[in-house]
Amino acid sequence: MPLPEGLYGLMAEFESPTQLVRAAKAAHGAGYRRMDCYTPYPVEEAAEAIGFHRDEVSLVTLIGGLLGLAAMFGLEAWISVWAFPLNIAGRPYYSWPAFVVPAYEWTILWSGLSAAFGMLALCGLPKLYHPVFNAPNFRNGATTDKFFLCLESTDPKFEAGETRSFLEGQAPISVVEVEY
Amino acid sequence: MATKDAPVNNPMVDPVTGEYRVIAPGHSFKSVTEEVSRIVLTSHTPLGWWFGFMVAGTVVGILTICVTWLFLKGVGIWAVTIPVAWGFAIVEFVWWIGIGHAGTLISAILLLFKQGWRNSINRFAEAMTIFAVICAAMFPVLHLGRPWLGYWLFPYPNTMNYWPQFRSPLMWDVFAVSTYGTISVVFWYIGMIPDLGTLRDRSQTKVGQFFYGLLAVGWRGSVRHWVRYETSSLLLAGLATPLVLSVHSVISLDFSVALMPGWHTTIFPPYFVAGAIYSGFAMVLTLAIPIRKFYHLEDLITIRHIDNCNKVMLATGLIVAYGYSTEVFMAWYSASHWEYFMMWNRMFGPMGWSYWTLITCNIALPQLLWSRKLRKNVGFTFLMALIINTGMYFERFVIVVTSLTRDYLPSSWGTYRATKWDYGTFFGTLGLFTFLFFLFIRFLPMIPMSELRMMLPQARVREKAEPIPEAGD
Repeated sequence: MPLPEGLYGLMAEFESPTQLVRAAKAAHGAGYRRMDCYTPYPVEEAAEAIGFHRDEVSLVTLIGGLLGLAAMFGLEAWISVWAFPLNIAGRPYYSWPAFVVPAYEWTILWSGLSAAFGMLALCGLPKLYHPVFNAPNFRNGATTDKFFLCLESTDPKFEAGETRSFLEGQAPISVVEVEY
Repeated sequence: MATKDAPVNNPMVDPVTGEYRVIAPGHSFKSVTEEVSRIVLTSHTPLGWWFGFMVAGTVVGILTICVTWLFLKGVGIWAVTIPVAWGFAIVEFVWWIGIGHAGTLISAILLLFKQGWRNSINRFAEAMTIFAVICAAMFPVLHLGRPWLGYWLFPYPNTMNYWPQFRSPLMWDVFAVSTYGTISVVFWYIGMIPDLGTLRDRSQTKVGQFFYGLLAVGWRGSVRHWVRYETSSLLLAGLATPLVLSVHSVISLDFSVALMPGWHTTIFPPYFVAGAIYSGFAMVLTLAIPIRKFYHLEDLITIRHIDNCNKVMLATGLIVAYGYSTEVFMAWYSASHWEYFMMWNRMFGPMGWSYWTLITCNIALPQLLWSRKLRKNVGFTFLMALIINTGMYFERFVIVVTSLTRDYLPSSWGTYRATKWDYGTFFGTLGLFTFLFFLFIRFLPMIPMSELRMMLPQARVREKAEPIPEAGD
């Protein structure tokens, strides 16, 4: 796959979450859609502002849990009834109450693994390289104390000069170009 | 609850609520980040760290010797024999796994209850869980007799055409403990990813940038990622909560499904879970108090945390006390000769001293925690945590050993006297736990920085921003 070249987007840096959210709302209102905010801790309002309302992590977790439950219960029933039937003091082979505990544990195991790795997969992680790391000020602040809004060049409304002046109108600390 | 005895001009006390603050005033996003990351990113490892690490490493050496000798000679080097076939190995298995449970309680249950104060202690409480599970999981395997065949416990297709027996609580244990270990590691790691991103960005060395970069899997703090991350954390917390309750319940079933007097009782699952949390909080304090002193983290791990942990210990200690009294009551009320004798033997038999040590350490002395003044006394709390850990060890010793030494048939009675290899292995796991903990506090962020940032007042998005035209929603 050829590496894309040129401008990835314009990145504005803000001092506080309040300023970031206001700028994100304004950008969304102005019609920008391909954009993202980068914050050092979860800022739910910013996600709302850029129109990201729901995630699929819960669904993935539910599916994982149900699969885990079915897998372990099925395995136990198959082993105890067909594969390796043991007569323990005349008790029934299909002694389902005894199967509940491992099935319960595997429900939790599979749903937990789905919640964790499903979250990473939905985020597209691991992804060690990303253009935003090229912004000179990004790594100084994004994971410590600064708030970033990046408007991406693939947005149909994006126009380098106009977008820059729009971002500068939002009282940022700085606006920088992000290269691929 | 207001703490009226605190001086009014103390900056650690919130003037509005009168409570000790969870985090000292005057911190910024940058200062909390620096406070935590400096411990990991410093190029000068403190001498005290090296000293502790070496001591713990030496003790791990003792563990290695004990385990090697065990592999060469077999479980006969331990004091386990008939009638006490479980001995120290199972005592320590239950003790260690119980200690782990406080980590999950702090990270999961308190998250669900929105207890903000947990944020500065949850990471190392989770680490404590993982290391305690490692120590715990060793014992049943070492106790197998042929530990190299431990994988036979798992259901896998094999040439022997053999499958495990799912009707046994010992089999349930395999799944409970392996699930618990896995989920604890995953929860811990997922929670650490944003902080690893911070370390990647702040590290000055190539090695640090490389390894933290690799572990951070390219975390960049996108709000889309944060939303999924928050959902995932909440789900993991919601899953870990029933898990932690089930793990110690399943362990208690190892005992209560058996027909031994003193074991065959329905009070075991809840009382084991309460005891687990009790000992776990004691271990959290045992670790937190020296760490906050050594690394000067009094701003982040405050008196509020210590006070709250003490309150949890007091509450769970009372549940445990209720469990003990129910056992005594049922021994009498059951009108069973065997149960009655079991309780008499526990209290006044040849090992009665262990029962009274347990009552002193777990029930009598912790009542001092009713005093608000003592709860806020760091030195006293540390001492109390050690006492409770000892008490909880004796609880498991009493349950395992006194029941087994004298069962139904006097002709099969025996005694139990641990050998030097028993003591060596136990001591060794204490060393392993400390050793792993030293590595953790040196190389990983022991306090979650992203969660501390969230707790600062400036983290909130204000409703009314300064006037710039709002272009709609």
